[in-house]
Amino acid sequence: MSESKGLNILGSDAVDPLRRNFMRTAAAGAALAAMSGCNMDDFFRKHFKELSRTDLDAVLRKIEKRNLERFGKTTTVDATGARPGVEFGYGLDLSRCVGCRRCVYACVAENNQSREHPEIHWIRVLQMDKEHGVDLTHADMYYEPEHVPQPGKFYFPVQCQQCSDPPCVKTCPTGATWKEPDGIVVIDYDWCIGCRCCMSACPYGARHFNWAEPKLPADELNPDQHYLGNRPRPKGVVEKCTFCIQRTRKGRYPACVEICPVGARKFGNLLDPESEIRQVMDTKRVFIFKEELATHPHFYYFYAT
Amino acid sequence: MRGVFEFLKGCVRQIAHGDRAYWAWVSGLAFLIAVGVIAYTNQFRQGLIATNMRDQVSWAFYVGNFTFLVGVAAAAVLLVIPAYVYQWKPIKEVVLLGELLAISALAMCLLFITVDIGRPERMLHMVPFVGTPNWPASLLAWDALVLNVYLSLNVALVSYILFKAYRGEKTDNRILVPLVLLSIPVAISTHTVTAFLYNGMASRPFWNASILAPRFIASAFCSGPAVMLILFQILRRTVKLPIKDEAISKIAELMAYAMFLNLFLLGAEVFKEFYSATEHTQYTRYLWFGLGEHRALVPYAWASLFCSVTAFLLFLVPATRRNFATLNIGCVLIWAGCYIEKGMGLVIPGMTPDTLGEIYEYRPTINEWCIAAGIFSVGFLLFTFLVKIAVPIYYGTFRVIPVVPDPRSD
Repeated sequence: MSESKGLNILGSDAVDPLRRNFMRTAAAGAALAAMSGCNMDDFFRKHFKELSRTDLDAVLRKIEKRNLERFGKTTTVDATGARPGVEFGYGLDLSRCVGCRRCVYACVAENNQSREHPEIHWIRVLQMDKEHGVDLTHADMYYEPEHVPQPGKFYFPVQCQQCSDPPCVKTCPTGATWKEPDGIVVIDYDWCIGCRCCMSACPYGARHFNWAEPKLPADELNPDQHYLGNRPRPKGVVEKCTFCIQRTRKGRYPACVEICPVGARKFGNLLDPESEIRQVMDTKRVFIFKEELATHPHFYYFYAT
Repeated sequence: MRGVFEFLKGCVRQIAHGDRAYWAWVSGLAFLIAVGVIAYTNQFRQGLIATNMRDQVSWAFYVGNFTFLVGVAAAAVLLVIPAYVYQWKPIKEVVLLGELLAISALAMCLLFITVDIGRPERMLHMVPFVGTPNWPASLLAWDALVLNVYLSLNVALVSYILFKAYRGEKTDNRILVPLVLLSIPVAISTHTVTAFLYNGMASRPFWNASILAPRFIASAFCSGPAVMLILFQILRRTVKLPIKDEAISKIAELMAYAMFLNLFLLGAEVFKEFYSATEHTQYTRYLWFGLGEHRALVPYAWASLFCSVTAFLLFLVPATRRNFATLNIGCVLIWAGCYIEKGMGLVIPGMTPDTLGEIYEYRPTINEWCIAAGIFSVGFLLFTFLVKIAVPIYYGTFRVIPVVPDPRSD
């Protein structure tokens, strides 16, 4: 897969991340903040979608400052918005995947997940028996053989399927998670109350909770961060795959696509007839996981050979 | 304002006086509350990793207790219906005590939710006007609303009845009756919405069954009145509450019908699961028989069934429901049966195996037990205090001191 080809299809016109202004102003919140009169601006902050450009800027700078204090490292945190005419789609070739889990660890490194206690993996690779086909009752995600692939086995990686009708978004009591116009389901880690309704609702086990303060070594911190993506998370909130929003909105491939040694992972703009993902859909027969639940994922599995 | 101050002082006086049994009870609860506070401090510092919940089983003991207690809160007030239909004499006492129990149960519900969430300080994000509640889609947003409406309704009713009694005035039925009538559908809706919270999750086949809400209501009609029956007996002895044996055995009879319905619905569910024997049966199988070596819930499931069936028989046979020894055994059994069924027996199999087929066997940590014990103690203590204040007001021993009119004033 040629990296230079990338996602040049995205064009270069940057889009105002504050394109939506449909939410009412949180007048009550502001009033309370004024009344409190102390540095409780986090506490009484407005919802992400209601932030003005200057408010958002202040929030991003503050996160950078906190990153510096916590990790002693300069970071850039942006909130690049979705581009018009882009809807991301992901293809996974099950006949190529060998179950090496390089995607799992590339994802951890790119997206600043907690390394241990809790160890969070946004991608999980299920080892399945060829004789059973895709059958979760015979799946094993803790396989540790000398070599992969094992005879008689195949590998079924699962991550957030970026549903068109996401059950997680429906259940969230605070609107802390939503679907962006380019199809990515995002979470505002500063708005999530940690009730874990979304984790109950997700049919793909794609959502993960920070059961403790995430443990992220400073020297492994990825400094290129997106507000809705890989910025370090606090304790007690939910996180998940965002198709590497910090990369893909700038025309790059997700880390898992880039690292895959066998080219099992494909990515692109579904609305562009020339894109890699559209080539897959035109020439292969794809299926989606748990189609009976009508979540309509943007994540397509296929067998190329 | 002076009246309110006097009233509060009077309330403290009521709470501060009692015999040795009372003080033993109160100090026992206070001890458990202290244990709970220490355990919660520990959990707050470490995060929810202090529990045994993990991504696979992300709701567990706390949410199970919450669900059970919503049932208790709902059913306590629903005793108004038989009290009205059968024209029991102390209908107002039944209403009042039901409301007090509902308030205490709701306090426990809210506490269990608070200890379960990862960022309790962000609760405001759910509150209308201040935050951004996700209506109408999110059932938890609805549940928070309905529970708080129900709590406010109960607090309003209790305050009104007690305040009037304290002042030695008669209650106005134009205020009282509409509020009582309103509390009935609100009680049912709290429990229905809580059932829908689980019911709506297509990702969890064990919960995604239409029978769930009816089963919730049926089992709530068992667990809520069980507490009331024991309370009625205590108050009959201590403050001469004029409730007759017939009323008590009538409640027991109604509980037998509710338990029959509950067991019937359970049977219907078990039949469907095991006869169709699809992949979705594994959750029910995990509950009743275990999956391979994973059998953590099996003894509890059968214990719950044993308790429920025994209580059903005790309440069905007229001789045993009229005998107070067997009646009280039945109450305890029904409470235990419903507690397992609606708590861990509902939440854990919904998430075991998880959505990718992994089996993580959940058992609460000591820390979770301590927090739960603390919350139950808060509920019991609140209920004890409320009853301790309400009963003397109601029987006229705790009244406003009438102001002696100044003879010179006219």
